Amino acid sequence: MHMASDHFSIFSVLREALRGHKGWRPQWRDATPRAEYDVVIVGGGGHGLATAFYLAKVHGIRRVAVVEKGWIGGGNVGRNTTIVRSNYMLAGNIPFYELSLKMWERLEKELNYNAMVSQRGVLNLCHSDGQRDAYARRGNAMRLHGVDAELLDKQAVRAMLPFLDFDNGRFPIHGGLLQRRGGTVRHDAVAWGYARAADQLGVDIIQNCEVKGFRIDGDKVAGIETTRGFIGAGKVGLAVAGNSSRVGALAGLRLPIESHVLQAFVTEAIKPFIDCVVTFGAGHFYISQSDKGGLVFGGDLDGYNSYAQRGNLPVVEDVCEGGMALMPRIGRVRVLRHWGGIVDMSMDGSPIIDRTQIPGLYLNAGWCYGGFKATPAAGLCFAHLIATDASHTAAAAYRLDRFARGYVIDEKGMGPHPNLH
Amino acid sequence: MRIACPYCGERSLDEYLYSGDATVRRPEPSSANAAADFYSYVYERANPPGKHRELWYHAAGCHAWLVVTRDVSTHIITSVELARDVALPSDTAVRETA
Repeated sequence: MHMASDHFSIFSVLREALRGHKGWRPQWRDATPRAEYDVVIVGGGGHGLATAFYLAKVHGIRRVAVVEKGWIGGGNVGRNTTIVRSNYMLAGNIPFYELSLKMWERLEKELNYNAMVSQRGVLNLCHSDGQRDAYARRGNAMRLHGVDAELLDKQAVRAMLPFLDFDNGRFPIHGGLLQRRGGTVRHDAVAWGYARAADQLGVDIIQNCEVKGFRIDGDKVAGIETTRGFIGAGKVGLAVAGNSSRVGALAGLRLPIESHVLQAFVTEAIKPFIDCVVTFGAGHFYISQSDKGGLVFGGDLDGYNSYAQRGNLPVVEDVCEGGMALMPRIGRVRVLRHWGGIVDMSMDGSPIIDRTQIPGLYLNAGWCYGGFKATPAAGLCFAHLIATDASHTAAAAYRLDRFARGYVIDEKGMGPHPNLH
Repeated sequence: MRIACPYCGERSLDEYLYSGDATVRRPEPSSANAAADFYSYVYERANPPGKHRELWYHAAGCHAWLVVTRDVSTHIITSVELARDVALPSDTAVRETA
């Protein structure tokens, strides 16, 4: 069914350029559900598609379906701010996110797809001596795990970003922690690239198919009830972050998660201006510039439970204040769009990749505002769990029972308050 | 989204702090299942997509604790009550016997 002509190369691009691009074909089949699969993944976002791809590629499981209530790339994989990094501090997190960053570095070759992976650097600014100490500690933790981190002084930051408001009366810039290997990836292309690569391995991608319930046979999962009928499954994996509580409740799960809205913004396109990802340390504001020229930025959660995919004005004001305190010259750039995405905020700010109490039902959830950067490793580790019934070593800490056992992974030290992580 | 405080009237969201689900109940510490009950109380949430009863604190106003009933899919608020007027029965019982 799939011919070598689907392979992207300089030759295929030239050939299509010469014949008016008439030879391109759909990049994946719009599959109709079969009666039964070995594994059904619920959720056709980045994580679900990556999981299906690694189930087929690494574990040789070819009877796999991904069911998606909307369309591929229409959820959080298309609503995030495209940042990838592995600048974490805790031992449960660093190896996982570093695995993910290493996978980003070879993703395009693995998928034969241009995902515009750009390691332009992620710079976290500090504005006090105490914050510099905290960044030194974080950087040391990263380097002990073999992750790149550089503590920059004020002069080094000034050389990178001379237009910042270094001598701001309230928030002077003292330096920053730089991860040069961090950067951005074209988020839509990640969904499309994984969808195409999974499809080529025989995975059925079933869109406009919403899960309405789970069929449990004895004590084990037997399939899913959907808007397109019953689909039998030996195993079912949930990758529906943002809606994990809602979908999990259909199987009787009660999760340590609240759904929150996170807003993001993009401005009109301007000439090249910011060549890395930079974050303001005295509030919460982060910004990068897309290849089209728009400034892409965001800040804190709105901070209350929401499934609405839109936020409120106090956070818009707060984010813009952060931006003006950091780089006043963006003040006259016009915002083109802003939107909200619904994220699973877990009780410790870290994710869950684990079995559930129902045999055959697996959970990938709780990604807070950091699910995009995790996409390759989350797919790899979730596929490993589903295929082998054992945690991948890089995701061994992401157990669902860690809260009850007292092994929370709380990077910010905020306690069980999802809106503060 | 604006919240109508019973004392102060309708006020901007940035005057308030959010403290989550108002329906969870602190379990009895001396019960046989206390560890499991406390896990559930501290960590597990229904997190429903529709009507949600939740605690808000009017931090930049009158300092009242409020129980707000709100549809989390539309952000429409249907009621705002003083938390002490709708205290959970178990809490009231504890207070009266203390």
